[in-house]
Amino acid sequence: MTPLLPEVTDAIVKEHGLKPDEYARILEILGRKPNLNELGVYSVMWSEHCGYKHSRSLLKGLPTKGDKVLQGPGENAGILDIGDGWAVAFKVESHNHPSAIEPYQGAATGVGGILRDIFTMGARPVASLNSLRFGSLEDPTVKRLFSGVVKGIADYGNCMGIPTVAGEVVFDDCYAGNCLVNAMSVGLCRHEHIIRGKATGVGNAVIYIGSTTGRDGIHGATFASTEITDATTEKRSAVQVADPFMEKLLMEATLELIHNDLLVGIQDMGAAGLTCSTCEMASRGGAGIEIDVTKVPQRENGMSPYEILLSESQERMLLVAKPGCERKVHDVLAKWDLHAATIGTVTDTGKMVVKEAGKVVVEVPAESLTDAPVYHPSKSEPASFKTHRTFDESKVAVPGDLNGVLLRLLDDPTIASKRWVYRQYDHMVRTNSLIRPGSDAAVLRVKGTDRGLAMAIDCIGALCALDPYEGAKAAVCEAARNVSCSGATPIGVTDCLNFGNPEKPEVYWTFERVIAGLGDACRALGVPITGGNVSFYNENPTGAVDPTPVIGMMGLFEDVSKRATQWFKAEGDAVYLLGSLQDSIGASHYLRVVHGLKTGKVAEVKLDLEVSVQKAVRVLIQDGLAQSAHDCSDGGFAVALAECCFTGQTHEAPSLGVQASLPGEGRVDGRLFGETASRVIVSCKPGDAAKLEEKARALGVPVAKIGTVGGDRIAVKGYLDIPVEKASEAFFGAIEKRMS
Amino acid sequence: MKFSVTVFPGSNCDHDCETVLRDVMKQPVEMIWHKDTDLKKPDCVVVPGGFSYGDYLRTGAIARFSPVMRSVADFAAQGGLVIGICNGFQILCEAGLLPGALIRNRGLQFICQNVWLRVEDNRTLFTNACEKGQVLKIPIAHGEGNYFIEPAGLERIEGEGQVVVRYCSPQGAVNDASNPNGSLHNIAGIRNARGNVFGLMPHPDRSGEEPLGSADGVLIWKSILNSLAVAK
Repeated sequence: MTPLLPEVTDAIVKEHGLKPDEYARILEILGRKPNLNELGVYSVMWSEHCGYKHSRSLLKGLPTKGDKVLQGPGENAGILDIGDGWAVAFKVESHNHPSAIEPYQGAATGVGGILRDIFTMGARPVASLNSLRFGSLEDPTVKRLFSGVVKGIADYGNCMGIPTVAGEVVFDDCYAGNCLVNAMSVGLCRHEHIIRGKATGVGNAVIYIGSTTGRDGIHGATFASTEITDATTEKRSAVQVADPFMEKLLMEATLELIHNDLLVGIQDMGAAGLTCSTCEMASRGGAGIEIDVTKVPQRENGMSPYEILLSESQERMLLVAKPGCERKVHDVLAKWDLHAATIGTVTDTGKMVVKEAGKVVVEVPAESLTDAPVYHPSKSEPASFKTHRTFDESKVAVPGDLNGVLLRLLDDPTIASKRWVYRQYDHMVRTNSLIRPGSDAAVLRVKGTDRGLAMAIDCIGALCALDPYEGAKAAVCEAARNVSCSGATPIGVTDCLNFGNPEKPEVYWTFERVIAGLGDACRALGVPITGGNVSFYNENPTGAVDPTPVIGMMGLFEDVSKRATQWFKAEGDAVYLLGSLQDSIGASHYLRVVHGLKTGKVAEVKLDLEVSVQKAVRVLIQDGLAQSAHDCSDGGFAVALAECCFTGQTHEAPSLGVQASLPGEGRVDGRLFGETASRVIVSCKPGDAAKLEEKARALGVPVAKIGTVGGDRIAVKGYLDIPVEKASEAFFGAIEKRMS
Repeated sequence: MKFSVTVFPGSNCDHDCETVLRDVMKQPVEMIWHKDTDLKKPDCVVVPGGFSYGDYLRTGAIARFSPVMRSVADFAAQGGLVIGICNGFQILCEAGLLPGALIRNRGLQFICQNVWLRVEDNRTLFTNACEKGQVLKIPIAHGEGNYFIEPAGLERIEGEGQVVVRYCSPQGAVNDASNPNGSLHNIAGIRNARGNVFGLMPHPDRSGEEPLGSADGVLIWKSILNSLAVAK
């Protein structure tokens, strides 16, 4: 028997992270005092992590509609139509706080959680991506976090047999003490197999499957909604433990249940565990749910209803069976040797009722749990922004040794090759990976069709720190440009918005500006946002992280045989620049790495030009004219040109050199290393040069011949001249040497 | 020719094997669940890669006790062709169908990349479509592919010519620089003494089509088809 529940006091309310007016609202909803179980249930569902209290009002302004959208925000994942009866489900989610405390388990369970979001929609996960941010790689603590996170992601994805095909890793002091770990998953399904997380049909069985419930992860969602302090490092019990083998069985069993048409609805138990899955399913179905916690499979003795409801033990799902299918559901689960228990039924009361051996221990309106309070915090522009905007670049001297600058940038861990990372990820399993990690975007084929998917994940937090509106536009455009450089058309976005404490006016101001930038860029590019995640309270004792809106971009090929990588293909090919070089160095990596200045004016992203450049790249690839395409981003034109030369991502082919000239006017370091948007380096066969120029001009895009592929040096006439091998060693060795 | 691919809980390259055999090699394929003992009369059994039983305890250590493995052992004892890839190689070693063991990579990290293999013997049932000394480009994806065997065993398998493929440079040089995981003598794949069981860490199932980066794996599958055609 469970001992009597303690009386809910103001102190207990506060301990649960609920504000006095939030508690007052609970009293109003229930018309009585909640018991401790009910208080716990409200506290997790109304946490920032589950309730989106500070973000919901602004998120409404984002574009979410489009003719390919089969499922927009509000479900476990967004879904887009990709033709031939196929659909792609995809979503990105953060697991920042758990990873900062326990990097291996935190990152692993982050991957597990996002994979469940995909297969719970009826889609088979076919690819994973991730976006990681840490403090400086010179710091031993960062090395430990970095290697732990990468190993956690690798072990989970590799065991699941889902290739990790793309990602980004950024090192910046602002993330010291609060690393960001954003995991994205992509799945494929037939239209007829799409299923949603809703409970309908009075009397239908509610079935629990997967791992047993333990005491791990209790209040994980609440933990994710507070700042990390020295005291939080003791909150390890709020971090869950990963079991990828269990998840693999759960995935196979779930897909078998869905494909055999045995279910009404299904949802994974992620944040807020059993509580969230029951009330969200009931709320979406406009129904009620009644469960008995004594029927939940438990891994520990003596767990109270409170603990069972709030546990975030991993690898669990809740499903509602179709009438008469309960037996068949249990048969499928027995085949996979999985725990399954019928723990309740769907009702028409609209209430979430939890019993313990028949006695009611929770009784609340299901919908009230999914309708958390909405806040409109005050906002103000941080004073530092004006100094960034008015930074005088002319005071920065142009270095004499530009070769040295290029080598230094190639050796910067944020710019350098991430081979040390992706070599630990199985990126080939399932034999769909046509373009593997290392190029601008990963490309997968869709077996049985001519189609393919391109995907990339990007953000330049440093730009958002200096100008959140332009920075957000730049993030969307870069992710889309990466996809376009593979030849695919961008069709949709999932976003993970990582910010500091929204109750700080300066943080909330940046959040609002980022949302505005995301919306404008997505509308210009015609890509809807189909889902994502907001992660606030990313702070450490020294302050908030840079505003970091991570963009996961999905691209579609009608014919995946028409694709391109970023690498030059043959001696003698002509090299062109689409777009034009500016002489600004503001907000560049170059300014940070070489001059130690994180400041400057962020150049406006001209969305019309961006749209034209991307269209031109796609047309040139689809027409077979472009042999390679690579966008200029971190490190600018010079770094992009060097990267085109590193032909073999694992030294499988000899590298090629390039003889180039530098277009544009004005300061040379700006043209070489500046980071304005909308620029792509393409190469073509010598005989196609005239056609390429003509086509680009017809599409209204500035195009300039800049050189020829060949030799064994990276040479920009008058400014740069270094052996490819030397540059390549710096680029591939940067992270390896720091981690050895 | 009919191929039967075993499926353990945690197998994840079963799909890769099925795809290359059915779609590229155009052969019928049966998937055999680990609880079944009927192999469905195959001409060749494939034990695929993955993380059978999560590789908890030790890679392949639990899978060898699966009901299907008794049938695989019987099939091998009757002279049937068995190929184990990656985790499948580990399982065949654990089951005693091949000598030696696979231990943690010397760098302690999981490695996924293309490697080059030198064909040491092209008279085997699994390599007869290759030239002797031919260099194949085939990917690896494993954390525990470091081939180990005690000195007497090593001498025996080398003496009997049981080493079928070794890690090498793109030019075919077998040296430490081309050894991705620390395997003794750069051993990437071995056969049993009788010659009908073959295990290797690299993935011929993932290198069956040029768009995937290499089609060299086809030579392994072609060799098996050649051997089966001769036997029939």
